[in-house]
Amino acid sequence: MFKLANLTKTLVLAGLALGLTAEGIAQSKYTGVGREATKAEVAAWDIDVRPDFKGLPAGSGNTLRGQEVWEGRCASCHGTFGESNEVFTPIVGGTTKEDMKTGRVASLLSDKQPQRTTLMKVATVSTLWDYIYRAMPWNAPRTLTPDDTYAVLGYILAMAEIVPDDFTLSDKNIAEVQKLMPNRNGMTQAHGMWTERGTPDVKATACMSNCTKHVAIGSTLPDYARNAHENLALQNRPFGPYRGVDTTKPPVSKLPGKGMMTVSAVAAEVLSPDALFKKNNCATCHAPASHAIGPSIAQVAAKYKGQADAVKKMSAKVKAGGAGVWGAIPMPPHAHVSDADIEVMVKWMLSGK
Amino acid sequence: MTVKSKTTPIGRLRRAPENFVTQQFADEVYEHGLNETRRGFLRKSFVTALGATAAGSAIAADGEKAILEKQTWQTTLGQPVAANPYGMPSKWEAPLQRRESPGLTRVSAASVAFAPLQGFFGIITPNGLHFERHHQGWYDIDPAQHRLMVNGLVKQQKVFTMDDLMRLPSVSRIHFVECGANTGLEWGNVAVPSVQYTHGMLSCCEFTGVPLSVLLDMCGADLKKGKYILAEGGDGSGMTRTIPMDLALKDVLVVWGMNGEMLRPENGYPLRLLVPGVQGVSSVKWLRRIEVGDMPYAAKDEAVHYIDLMPSGLHRQYTTIQECKSVITTPSGGQQLLDKGFYNISGMAWSGRGKIKHVDVSVDGGNNWRRARLETPVLSKAITRFNLDWVWDGSPGILMSRATDETGYVQPMIKQLREVRGTRSIYHNNAIQAWKLDTNGELSNVQVG
Repeated sequence: MFKLANLTKTLVLAGLALGLTAEGIAQSKYTGVGREATKAEVAAWDIDVRPDFKGLPAGSGNTLRGQEVWEGRCASCHGTFGESNEVFTPIVGGTTKEDMKTGRVASLLSDKQPQRTTLMKVATVSTLWDYIYRAMPWNAPRTLTPDDTYAVLGYILAMAEIVPDDFTLSDKNIAEVQKLMPNRNGMTQAHGMWTERGTPDVKATACMSNCTKHVAIGSTLPDYARNAHENLALQNRPFGPYRGVDTTKPPVSKLPGKGMMTVSAVAAEVLSPDALFKKNNCATCHAPASHAIGPSIAQVAAKYKGQADAVKKMSAKVKAGGAGVWGAIPMPPHAHVSDADIEVMVKWMLSGK
Repeated sequence: MTVKSKTTPIGRLRRAPENFVTQQFADEVYEHGLNETRRGFLRKSFVTALGATAAGSAIAADGEKAILEKQTWQTTLGQPVAANPYGMPSKWEAPLQRRESPGLTRVSAASVAFAPLQGFFGIITPNGLHFERHHQGWYDIDPAQHRLMVNGLVKQQKVFTMDDLMRLPSVSRIHFVECGANTGLEWGNVAVPSVQYTHGMLSCCEFTGVPLSVLLDMCGADLKKGKYILAEGGDGSGMTRTIPMDLALKDVLVVWGMNGEMLRPENGYPLRLLVPGVQGVSSVKWLRRIEVGDMPYAAKDEAVHYIDLMPSGLHRQYTTIQECKSVITTPSGGQQLLDKGFYNISGMAWSGRGKIKHVDVSVDGGNNWRRARLETPVLSKAITRFNLDWVWDGSPGILMSRATDETGYVQPMIKQLREVRGTRSIYHNNAIQAWKLDTNGELSNVQVG
């Protein structure tokens, strides 16, 4: 026995040594990567609060203060009594005194309650503390102090009649409050979807032929919803084997036939003058300030300065091309560029930019 | 102009004028095939139609404008290189965009933008079209200011900069990311018109990063006590998710690259977690902290959302694996078939438990099924593309796809899911999707059974 124990001890020590060595290798292998976090850094970021309240800072707040915080910072989204469904689903409602005894929310058994509120669902009060402190108010997260967080959470719990109206919630009594949470027994982890080795709850078979006597359509898209996501013709490629359905109109009466075109979804391209200049390859010959293959933009601007018909004259030149004014290399015609684009670019050039 | 078979040069194809036979005659041929009488009628109609076309429009008889006339892009100078310094898709592709579902949420900073699956090919999602889901809006975080901290049950709590992380040996892997709420709108009834909104909270990319196991090893994580990790985001929501350690050590990546470029801001630039096979919310964006702990954290999104309400009134918590699922993307709801004839039915299949083994396709509402071709690559916890040849005879039908993964799990019908889980769930709807095809060629979203 003694020898065996000694042997075990030796093995354990050897294992430890091996572990340390392996770790030592890992650390030295990536020398110079990362650094030790300071205590203050960890404290600044390690703000999570677990169901066993590990991570919960000391502090407290009463419902009076909670009401102040609520009305100033929370009510605009969540409603005066936490019942609002305007921006997010309601926080309060659907729980009873009886639920607090059983730890199961009875209204979850039926659909009588119009909304499943936060307090109907949440099992752990730590979740609420953690979330309010880390992410609320929604548009200014992490701006509540721990004391304000206690206060406002206490106020929510009071609105739900889980704690009295004049309650002071603190790190000292929050574990007692947990024992009153209406849905504290309402969660199960006994299912096969937590890990990839879990057993699925539904077992279908892959029948290949004559699988059903009667194909029944259980649900179809209501007519009014056909165009509820805007015109699907504009959400599909306008070529290829399929088109998007023009949902602004009733369904077509028969097959449209090959080559059917639908509404063009491509809006006119709006480019800045300099982008147009580059796109049309003008920049190949015309630099901003120095003479390249052709005159610079500055040179052109200077030449036409003060001329009333400059835009018209220059536009014509761009369109038709020209030769002999600025050197031996002629300017090719640009008949394919639209008059509107030419005017935009000419005006821009004349401005000397 | 006359057509005589004897004088027509061999090998010359002559395009039939459109509508040269009546719809009634065409239907008759589809129905009963060609016989000598019908063949004769066809010949006569063709010749007559050709004559008429020749008289009516010379261009139509000679060919198409697109071929016969010179086009701008043949006759003028094209755009210079780097005219789009960071390339953009063709302007003709503008219809394919991420879109919100009207009425789904009240505020866009806590919402979803769905990927346009109806226009995708292959298995890779373009970076600009990867679906978006934010809880408190997105930021384009300065990578020089970004930090990752590893703390909790570790020998040494560490801080990493982007410089640090990108020095480490990286791996690149193709995986899908699917929101647990994908297809959730359809738990009760058909609610949305197209595959973009039924299945568009799904994407698949090549992600590049360092295995989380490397970082845990570097910090000396206590793998005996540390059974879970908490992943935390750096945005306003500070998104937190619990991940079991065995999964964390297996194939979880700390990611900066996506399809060969850095992550897009909407997808967590400069750093996110990637938890393959698990609902997207666990792949925390703007990842700033990993904590090693000895119990699950019951963070907001695993205690209030992403829980499945069972008929017993109990909520299933930590239901995270995305079970085997597939959907036909082309043709799909809200699309229009132009004509009868040959088509390629195509779609995507994926499983959070591994590889896709096969996909079956039905065009008759699930009565008969044919095995589809799986295109390569077939990767674990990635989208697999399937295709099936199909000749549409113009009759109404219901198109469905059913995937089976390597564990033997078969994608269920919605009815089978409801029998176990009831109708009040929101998340994890992996039911077979059905698209009804009418004789006018329009496809719409329906549920069978």
